[in-house]
Amino acid sequence: MSILVNKSTKVITQGFTGAQGTFHTEQAIAYGTRMVGGVTPGKGGSEHLGLPVFDTVCQAREATGADASVIYVPPAGAADAILEAIAAEIPLIVCITEGIPVQDMVRVRAALERSGSLLIGPNCPGIITPDECKIGIMPGPIHRRGHVGIVSRSGTLTYEAVAQTSAIGQGQSTCVGIGGDPVKGMDFTDVLERMIADPDTHSIVMIGEIGGTSEIEGAELIRASGTRKPVVGFIAGATAPPGRRMGHAGAVITGGHETASAKIEAMREAGIHISHSPAELGVTLARVLG
Amino acid sequence: MNIHEYQAKALLRSYGMPVPEGRAATTAAEALEAARGLAAPVTVVKAQIHAGGRGAGHFAGRPEGKGGVRLARSLDEVDAAARSMLGEVLVTRQTGPAGRKVRTLYIESGCDIARELYFSMLVDRVSGRIVIVASPDGGMEIEEVAARTPERILKEYVDPAKGLCDYQSRDLAVRLGLTGRAIRAFQNVVRAAYTAFTGLDAAIVEINPLVVTGSGDLLALDAKMSFDENALFRHPELARLRDEHEEDPREREAAGYGLAYVGLDGNIGCMVNGAGLAMATMDIIKMEGEEPANFLDVGGGASKERVAAAFRILVSDPKVRGILVNIFGGIMRCDVIAEAIIAASHETGLNVPLVVRLAGTNVERGKALLAESGLTIIPADDLGDAARKIVAAVRNAGA
Repeated sequence: MSILVNKSTKVITQGFTGAQGTFHTEQAIAYGTRMVGGVTPGKGGSEHLGLPVFDTVCQAREATGADASVIYVPPAGAADAILEAIAAEIPLIVCITEGIPVQDMVRVRAALERSGSLLIGPNCPGIITPDECKIGIMPGPIHRRGHVGIVSRSGTLTYEAVAQTSAIGQGQSTCVGIGGDPVKGMDFTDVLERMIADPDTHSIVMIGEIGGTSEIEGAELIRASGTRKPVVGFIAGATAPPGRRMGHAGAVITGGHETASAKIEAMREAGIHISHSPAELGVTLARVLG
Repeated sequence: MNIHEYQAKALLRSYGMPVPEGRAATTAAEALEAARGLAAPVTVVKAQIHAGGRGAGHFAGRPEGKGGVRLARSLDEVDAAARSMLGEVLVTRQTGPAGRKVRTLYIESGCDIARELYFSMLVDRVSGRIVIVASPDGGMEIEEVAARTPERILKEYVDPAKGLCDYQSRDLAVRLGLTGRAIRAFQNVVRAAYTAFTGLDAAIVEINPLVVTGSGDLLALDAKMSFDENALFRHPELARLRDEHEEDPREREAAGYGLAYVGLDGNIGCMVNGAGLAMATMDIIKMEGEEPANFLDVGGGASKERVAAAFRILVSDPKVRGILVNIFGGIMRCDVIAEAIIAASHETGLNVPLVVRLAGTNVERGKALLAESGLTIIPADDLGDAARKIVAAVRNAGA
């Protein structure tokens, strides 16, 4: 078991024949992900990386029965690509693209809420269930199969958490990078409730950052669930000056609840074990697991 | 991207927002000319900088003196106000102690004020919708109102499927205590702001105060607009509104290379891939007792050229006493990073301690390249090790 993706998940790539789509689809095939095709408008009927190319997501879904789509379309067309995947009723959509205009994502969010699709991202590394299914840009070899669920707003900090949990002899059940944008698909609560319910996830590492209040909502969900699974938390950006955007469009403090200390306090109150240093995610988890 | 008040008012006016008559001026002579043209009984002279709190601010060297917004009742007073502001440094609670140099003034007709309201529009990240925020307490800092009297902050969310509905604006007007013709006037204000907000991909439109005049009209007395950087590609007309004087030159240079950079006040320069890891690297430097000189995210797929440019920016910062490179390679290969660091070190004649932590794709090859380079690079195994080593190196070099 794992959450959202496993070895039977059939995946297509949107923006398939572009440089990013090609490179990461090759990597996914090499990792063992069940890639079944891709979409590039105008190139339907051809073959790329040994897989069929389609003009539309709808055609790809009908022909392959894909369960998931990963999007490497440039920012100007990325929101439309997500909307196309929603219209084609793809159950899980993963959008890697960074730099999508916020008001485009407002339209996407509204369409998502009226659909049965789930969206991970945008501006995220993707999702991986080690040894089964890798959808996204994370380096495969740092992961090992295990029972720690990792959820994070940051790409490279997710890798940091993976490396540190692997270093203490643990592995990961599923790792989800939810992305750094202010308006996005799945949030901490959506991922955490699945990890809490997943029998294969025995502990959780949750990595947030300044800006927004979704870590506080995540902490509240953990408290209310009464889960006995240990949760380790870290918030990046304690030293960031207010009002300045720290790379991620979502990482700017605008109100009192969005600071690192407000989030850390809420997480502590929910029984989450706080790692104050980003270098101590692994050792904090090891201590909690005993 | 932020713009000045006078630019925001001109844009909003073109969308139907009621704003007072006004003209921009960059010299005292232009200010006088503008005031003559307005021929108003009371003229307002307003310093144009990208920061709020101008009226309550003060000019550098004159802490007890007047602020950056002044009323003038004669041309002589306009002239005096213009001369005492242009070229001077205005310090407000938002500029920090360094302040901002005033290069442009906005000369505006005064108006009679019966009431001051607050109005803004932005994207709410929780609901994922555009939200209209209003308050009967205009003219104050909205954060203060939100903290002290949250019940006096009114909100209305726009359903993306329906777009803004005028009844929502009228409802808000009534909740603000507006009556008679001011209700329709408020509806027009919201419509103008919404059309500008969606048409230009704004990040915020804020009017504080939005005044009700003695005759029951509404006027945007102040206006602030900023735009979504990610959407500027489809609004090339906004590029001419950028004021490079208001931007940190280091940040501007970095942006040219596709780097996300924010200048800070410490002395340890950081170069990291990924925004979250970059923030975490700043945090851990502070935990070790020193301060970061910057936030710098080279991005996920940075090229050799981009890494070299990042390195040059760090080295050219006179405050930087040591550099920490922290790369967790995913798409980015550690050997490529190592080559870029070596090349940039030679090119810049690096003369401060350099700690490099590499992890991820091709890490062994990257470490080997650094070791063989002949450069005095201090290698680090993990994040904690890297932070301790750069802090120790900076302290040793300073001792």
